Amino acid sequence: MFGTLVVPRFGDDYVRPIAGGVDLSTVLNNRQIGIGHYSETQMPGALGNFAIAAHRTTHGAPFSQIAELRIGDRLYVETSDGWYEYAFRGLEYVWPTGVDVLAPVPQAPQLEATDRVMTLTSCNPRFSAAERIIAYAVLDNWYPRADGPPSAIASITQASGR
Amino acid sequence: MYALLWRTIPGPVWARIIIVVVLAALVMAALVEWVFPWAAETLLPQESTVGG
Repeated sequence: MFGTLVVPRFGDDYVRPIAGGVDLSTVLNNRQIGIGHYSETQMPGALGNFAIAAHRTTHGAPFSQIAELRIGDRLYVETSDGWYEYAFRGLEYVWPTGVDVLAPVPQAPQLEATDRVMTLTSCNPRFSAAERIIAYAVLDNWYPRADGPPSAIASITQASGR
Repeated sequence: MYALLWRTIPGPVWARIIIVVVLAALVMAALVEWVFPWAAETLLPQESTVGG
């Protein structure tokens, strides 16, 4: 476990751990974790694509409200270095084989990365694994740990006891 | 099938009722403890990742 995801749109108490790898039994189906990081993609805040996956139903459903995100919604990734603030941009629907969304520039594997993006993947429709729903967000701000949590989520992180 | 089960279990009616209830509880516990988790992981894997 290397980080935490805080998304105010998902609820005032939404704080979920992020672990390395997307293994079903140890990460995604694990009620203590739930969100997995595609280890072949970049880390939070890095140039390129920070891609994570989680269930939309069952096993705690960390991404059950992924389709509720609106443009500009904030997603915060907390690591040992601090807080990375991403702004939601849009949704995309792909086939389960759509690995191009994990490229440093999503859907453009031939390009060099020039932005810092975050990609969330989950299943679609909600109770099916026929397709995947992809949510894209772009790095907007970052708060080093020494400065403390961003004010927007300070109450959330305090309440979760972090 | 259930008639055979009922006739096979010994004892008066009230004892048979108790035995049947206990057996049903044991079967359901075995299902929830072993069969359903196996089915959930094997028969209906919920995939939320992209990949081949």
